[in-house]
Amino acid sequence: MSSRKIDSPSEFRETSISEFFEKNRHILGFDSLQKSLFMVIKEAVDNSLDACEEYQILPDIYVEISRSGDDILTAVIEDNGPGISRKEVPNVFGRLLYGSRFGTLRQSRGQQGIGITASILYGQITTALPSKIRTKMRQDDVAYDFQLGINVKENRADIISEKPVIWEKESGTRIEIPLKGKYQTGKQSVFEYLKESAIVNPNAQFTFIDPEGKKVRIERVVEKASVPARSIKPHPMGLELGELFRMARAVPNRTLGEFLLQDLSRVTPRTLDDMTSAFGIDFSIPVENLEIQYMKGVMDAFSSVKILPPPTDCLSPLGSDFIRRGLKNIYGELQPLYFGKPVQRPVSVHNGNPFSVEVGIVYGGNLPAEEQVRIVRFANKVPLLYQPGACAITRAISEMDWRTYGFDQRGGKGVPFGPAIILVHVFGIRLPFTSESKEAIAGIDIIVDEIMAALKTAARGVRGFINKREKRSKIYEKFTLVEKIIPEIGSKSASLLGLPQPDISMVLSRIANVIFVTESFQRNEDHYDVKAEVVNFTRKTATFKLYAEPPGVSSPSETLSFDVSGLEPSRRISFEFRVNGTFNQYPGTEYYFTGIDPVWVQGAELLPPDYFEEELKIEAETDE
Amino acid sequence: MNETPAEKKFREIISSIHSSIAGGDVPEIQMASRNKDNIVLDYLSSVWKYGDSTVTRSARSLDGAKYILKLLYMVEFIESMIQTNKSSTLREMYYISEGWNLAKFGAQDESNMMAEDLEVLSSLLREDFKLRPEENGASIMGNITVEEKTRKGEFKKINCKDDVGDSGYPIPYNVEEEKLRIKDVDADFILAIETGGMFDRLVENGFDEESRSLLVHLKGQPARSTRRLLKRLNTERNLPVYVFTDGDPWSFRIFGSIAYGAIKTAHISEYLAVPTAEFIGITASDILNYDLPTDKLSDRDVAALNSELKDPRFNSEFWVQEIETMLRIGKKAEQQALAKYGLDYVTKTYLPEKLSEIDGFRG
Repeated sequence: MSSRKIDSPSEFRETSISEFFEKNRHILGFDSLQKSLFMVIKEAVDNSLDACEEYQILPDIYVEISRSGDDILTAVIEDNGPGISRKEVPNVFGRLLYGSRFGTLRQSRGQQGIGITASILYGQITTALPSKIRTKMRQDDVAYDFQLGINVKENRADIISEKPVIWEKESGTRIEIPLKGKYQTGKQSVFEYLKESAIVNPNAQFTFIDPEGKKVRIERVVEKASVPARSIKPHPMGLELGELFRMARAVPNRTLGEFLLQDLSRVTPRTLDDMTSAFGIDFSIPVENLEIQYMKGVMDAFSSVKILPPPTDCLSPLGSDFIRRGLKNIYGELQPLYFGKPVQRPVSVHNGNPFSVEVGIVYGGNLPAEEQVRIVRFANKVPLLYQPGACAITRAISEMDWRTYGFDQRGGKGVPFGPAIILVHVFGIRLPFTSESKEAIAGIDIIVDEIMAALKTAARGVRGFINKREKRSKIYEKFTLVEKIIPEIGSKSASLLGLPQPDISMVLSRIANVIFVTESFQRNEDHYDVKAEVVNFTRKTATFKLYAEPPGVSSPSETLSFDVSGLEPSRRISFEFRVNGTFNQYPGTEYYFTGIDPVWVQGAELLPPDYFEEELKIEAETDE
Repeated sequence: MNETPAEKKFREIISSIHSSIAGGDVPEIQMASRNKDNIVLDYLSSVWKYGDSTVTRSARSLDGAKYILKLLYMVEFIESMIQTNKSSTLREMYYISEGWNLAKFGAQDESNMMAEDLEVLSSLLREDFKLRPEENGASIMGNITVEEKTRKGEFKKINCKDDVGDSGYPIPYNVEEEKLRIKDVDADFILAIETGGMFDRLVENGFDEESRSLLVHLKGQPARSTRRLLKRLNTERNLPVYVFTDGDPWSFRIFGSIAYGAIKTAHISEYLAVPTAEFIGITASDILNYDLPTDKLSDRDVAALNSELKDPRFNSEFWVQEIETMLRIGKKAEQQALAKYGLDYVTKTYLPEKLSEIDGFRG
C-alpha cells in the first residue's frame, strides 16, 4: 500500500470490486446453492428493515420463492418501505459500495452497499437474466418498473427497460431476482431466517411463500416503529491509517486540524494542543499536502494523549419489550414457563467503537429438556445462522459454567443442556466479524466478556425460577404424603385386617409438624377461582395473618390478607378469591404470613418487613 | 377356610403397619439390603446370600410411604388371587396396578422388584403368591426324559432328543416336582450355552450325542426356572454344569448368577445356584490363545468389569486374572468368533480342549 498516489480511488476500486466479486463470490457468502439463495433473501430483507426503521414505518415484508427450472429459482422480496427515487435506482442496485455512509458511522443491518448489488450480480452470473425492480415513493403517483443488469467492467447498472406503472401501494420496493439456488428447510434456511428476524422485529409482519406455494404469515405483535440509531463520526481509536488518510484527502481546502475537529468524534482543540506540545505535530498543514508518513505520526500521537471514549448513546438496542414480545410471538407455542427479564449491558468500547449486548432467556414448558439449549444469535438485529462454532456468542456460552444455574453441562464446558432458548444480541458500530459475509462475531475478549456478563445475569433469573419451582414441588410432595398417602395406608391396612380405621393424626404431626398453606384453582374463560387452604398438622392451636399475592399483581395494594384465628390441630380453613386473566400454565400465588414463628409454616414465607415499600420502589424502576 | 402360608405372613406384615399407625408411630418396613455390598458367602451351602445389613422404608418420606402403600395393594391383589384360585404373570400384575392410583407402578421393573421384596420379607417363593414370569424360551436338548404336567392335569412323557425338533424342549416356568418330573438321564454333563446361534451350531454338529451331554440354551441371562432346572439336574442326577458364553463382562455375570447366585435373588440362592459350575469360556485368555476376532470394550463394558472387580462373587484368583486381562487388552469376543477357524472348530477342537482342562471331564 504505502505512499502510492491514488488519483481517482473510487473508480479504481469500484471496477475491481465487481470483477473481484465475480471471481470470489464465496467471500461474501455466496458459496453453496443453498447459501446463495439465503444470502439473496437476507440482503434484501435487511435493507428493507433498515429503510423502514429510518423512516419510522412498521415493516410489512413479503418473500416468495418460486421454481422456474431444476435449480433455477426466482426470489421476490417486497416491502412497504420509503421506496427509492427513480434516478437513484441504477446507483442503489447497480453499483457495489454505493451508499456507504462515508465519513459517518452508525449501527445498521445492511452491508453498506455490497449486499443487494452482489445479489443481483450473483443472479446475473448464474442465470444470465436481469433482475426486476419496482419501486414507488410516497410523493409519487406512479411506481417505476426496471429491468436491470450489471456492467461488471464499469461497475454500473445496465438498465434494460424502465416504465411507469400504477401500483396500489403507498410506497415500497419489490425486487425480483432470478438465480441458481437450492431451497431447503431447517436450521440454516430462509424460513428460519425470517422467523428469527421476526423475533427481533416484533413490529414487522412477514409473509413467506415457499416453492411449493405454501404460505406462512408471522403477524406483527408490537405497533411501534423502531428508533433508528444515531450516526456518529468515527473515533480516532477506531480507524486504520489508510482510512484516516483517505478521509483527510476527501474534502480539500482545509487544514489537518480542521479535518480532525470536523470529521472525528471526541477530538477537541485541547486534544490538538496536547498533541502539539507532546509530539510537535503541526495541524496547520493543508490536507492536500499531507504525506501518509506524517499521518502515521498523528495516529501514534492519538494513542498517547487523553481522548474521551466514543459517545455511547448512538446505539439502538432491541429493548426489553421487543425481546420479550418477539420471543413470545415465535416460541409461545412451546409454552415456556419462564420468560426472563431481558438483560442489557452498559455500552462498552472495542477499538474505539461502541457496542453492547442484550440477552433474553425463556425456560421450561414444552421446550426439550434433554437437548442442548437453543441459541439464537443476532448481530445488529440480524439473525446469524451460519458459523455458530466461530462466533463470540457461542464461545461465551460454552466457556461459562452453567451448572451453577441449574443447567446440565458436561465438565462445565460447552453448550449446556436444558429446556431453554437463549437469545443473544450484540450491537454496535463496526462490529468485528470473522468474515466479510458477517456470519459470526469475532471472538474478541472484551466482547466475549460482555456477553458472558449479560448471560450470567439472565441465568441467575433462571436459577431463581428453578429454585422456587423445586421448593414448591417439595412442599407439594409433603402435602400429598400427609393428605393422601398416609390416610390411605391407614385405611387399606385396616380393611385388609378387618379392623377399624386407626387415628392417624399423631402420625401426621410426627411426619409434618407444621401448618400447610396450599392452593387449588379452577380455570375459567378469563379468570381463575382460587382456593387457598390452611391445614394445621401441629399439636397446637394457631393464630396468624396470611397474605396472598396473586399472579400478575403489580402493586402490593392488591395483595389480599386473611385472618387465621384459633385454628385447632387437624383442622383446616380455606379462603377463596379470584385471579383475573389467564396464563399458559397457572403460575401460582405467593403466600406470606405474619404473627407466627416461621418454623411452623410451610407453603408461605414470612412477610418481608419492607414488603409494601419495596414493591413500590421496584414499580418505580420499571416505569422509567 | 384354611389360611395359606402366604396369607399368614401377609397378616403379620400388615399388622405391624397398622399397629404402628394406631400407636402414633410412623410405619416402616425393614428388610435385608438387596445390593452387591450385602451378599456374603454361605459356607454351608457354598452360595452367596444376603448379609446382615438392612434397608428401612419409612413412611416419613413420600417414596417410602408410596412403597408401603404399593406393598399393601400388591398383598391385597395376591390375597384375592389366592381366594379365587387364579394366578397372573408379573406383567399382568404390572398392568393391573394401573388402577391403583397413587400406588401405581412406574415400570415393570419396579413391580418385579417388589414381588421379590415380598419373597424376602415372607421367606416364601413367588409361586406361593400365584405370580409367574413370562415364558422366556430357554430350552434343553439331549438324552433326558421328563414328564411335564399339562394344562389338562396329565403328565406327558417327553424325550428331549427324540420327541423334539431342532430347537429342543422348552423349559417351563415352573420346574418343581409338581410340574416337572425328571425320569431317565443318559448324559455325562450339562453344557449351558448363552446364545441361540451357538446352541444351534452345537445341535447341528451333534455335540450332545458325540460328547454325551445335555445342551441348555440359557437365552442370555437365565431365568429362574432355567437355573432351578440346572440345580435339580446337578443335585439330583450329579451332572456337572459347564457354562459356555461370550467373552465379555455381561457374560461373566451370567456365569456368576448360575454358579454363585444372582444379587437380586440371593434370598433363594440355595434353590438356584450351582456352586460347582465351571466356566468354559470365552475367557480373556481364550481371546489371546485362540487369536479370536474381537470388538473394542465400550465405556460401559469397562465400567462393568471394574464393578465386577469389586463384586465379592468374583473375588477369586481365576476371575481377578481374567477380568484384569480383559481390561488390559481392551477387547471382547463372541462365542461365534470361533467360526474364524471353520464351523466344526468349536466342537472338534475348542470344546474338547477346554473340557479336558477341567477336572471331571470324561472324554
